[in-house]
Amino acid sequence: MKSPIHSLPEHLRTISDRVKKSQAWTSIFRPGSIFRPGYTDNPRNRSYVIMNSVLYHLHPVKVKRHAVKVSYTLCLGGLSFFLFILLTVTGIFLMFFYRPTAAQAWDDIYALQTSVTFGLLVRNMHRWAAHLMVLSVFLHMARVFYHGAYKPPREFNWVIGVILLKLTLLLSFTGYLLPWDQLALWAVTVGTNMMGYTPVFGDQVRFVLLGGVEIGTDTLLRWYVLHVLMLPFVIVIFMAIHFWRVRKDGGISGPL
Amino acid sequence: MVEIPEHLLRRAAEARAKAEAAKTSKSGTTAQTADAATTTSTTNTAESDSASTSKIPAHLLERSQAARAASAASEAGPTSATADTNTKIPVQPPTKRTTPTGTLTGPAGHTQRLLTVVKSGSIQDVKAKPQDKVHVWPHLLAAEFVSTLVITAFVFLFSVFVNAPLLELANFNQTPNPSKAPWYFLGLQELLTMFHPMVAGVTIPGVGLLILMLAPYIDKNPSKAPEDRKFAISLMTIHLMFWAVLVMIGSFFRGPGFNFVFPWDAGLFFEL
Repeated sequence: MKSPIHSLPEHLRTISDRVKKSQAWTSIFRPGSIFRPGYTDNPRNRSYVIMNSVLYHLHPVKVKRHAVKVSYTLCLGGLSFFLFILLTVTGIFLMFFYRPTAAQAWDDIYALQTSVTFGLLVRNMHRWAAHLMVLSVFLHMARVFYHGAYKPPREFNWVIGVILLKLTLLLSFTGYLLPWDQLALWAVTVGTNMMGYTPVFGDQVRFVLLGGVEIGTDTLLRWYVLHVLMLPFVIVIFMAIHFWRVRKDGGISGPL
Repeated sequence: MVEIPEHLLRRAAEARAKAEAAKTSKSGTTAQTADAATTTSTTNTAESDSASTSKIPAHLLERSQAARAASAASEAGPTSATADTNTKIPVQPPTKRTTPTGTLTGPAGHTQRLLTVVKSGSIQDVKAKPQDKVHVWPHLLAAEFVSTLVITAFVFLFSVFVNAPLLELANFNQTPNPSKAPWYFLGLQELLTMFHPMVAGVTIPGVGLLILMLAPYIDKNPSKAPEDRKFAISLMTIHLMFWAVLVMIGSFFRGPGFNFVFPWDAGLFFEL
């Protein structure tokens, strides 16, 4: 028998080896992971990193070299998606402290800012990230237009993209009402008054959107459900189609 | 960068040396050649050149020359045939070749013959052109990771220093002056000052978005080069500038009663 002091590092190494060979470990760290025993940096493992990850496999294994060239417009579309994720995470946090009724909404936001740990910070992040997402989606659209990236075979993806722009604006606008302060109420009043001028169906459109003839607690509930559930659900479907079409149409568009 | 294997480099060097040697022999002052066997045969100089450059074995060349001479002799006439055969190149009897004679061999004792030559690309035509590609990991994922970090840091820091607005509780009896829509709708609100609400709020944005959606089906110009798309680019720039200017005016240059003011005189009436 060796003395315990000498065998301790060896003992740890055998434990680590056994853990790394276990089924649980190899199921979590799929081929290509740097945490697998015997990892080396080679083309095969670089491909596995993409193929064996549910998130990364939105990407192809390889992209054209110009696609990774650093430019002013690099990643605008990707950043719009990332901001959406950031908004989802911060939004879920906000949902824990918010009740969508006229009597409680404003007080809840106020309490969130004053007595919830990091409440003010997370609300700020949600607000600024939302404005930034509108901006980045808009800039992404401008970039795609100026690069002529909507031309064949990508025509249909441009249509999806314009729908995504509209959904982004709607998400931002429905969120605008939720703090139930003077800014929210009157901004939404101005916005919905405009929708009321839709020809033929104007009054009906306005009634459905407001849940009544004028803005009230029903409107708040309605817009809350639109904002946290329905519009995110719809936009995720369109985003999935958008990303899928990017791959189907041969990756991001080529250089000019 | 791909490393060229050593044996391929060596082979290339040998081939280059051989090509050099063939060139010097063709220019012809020095009589040394790579293929001694072909030059010593009784063929004329043109044929020896082709023999030294081509890969056809010497004995096959000899045989084809003999056959050509024989056919020329038969064309000349049956009477002179015997005289010609004396002058033509002596063909070695097939039994002296390395091929074993057997009942299954061909006319010259060969067990195989060349039927056809299939050039590369005539059947297997590779249509995909090779593209300059890089692995997504690490090249693209690293760039994406850095950009997400930058944007997160920006949002975080901005949120630490600038608070989101929370005005007093909504009050239906107190209309703020001015009341403004969110900034991205301020262009529309600006249009409301010029047109009938149906035109400003529904028709113009509706038609605008519809045309925007149909852009790829309207713009049939196949070129992506900016110099070929002057009209499309001008139109889009005017369109974007139109909205940008309207949003700017609506945001910063509209004061109480939605009247035009200068922000440096009247102050800002703008909340994000």
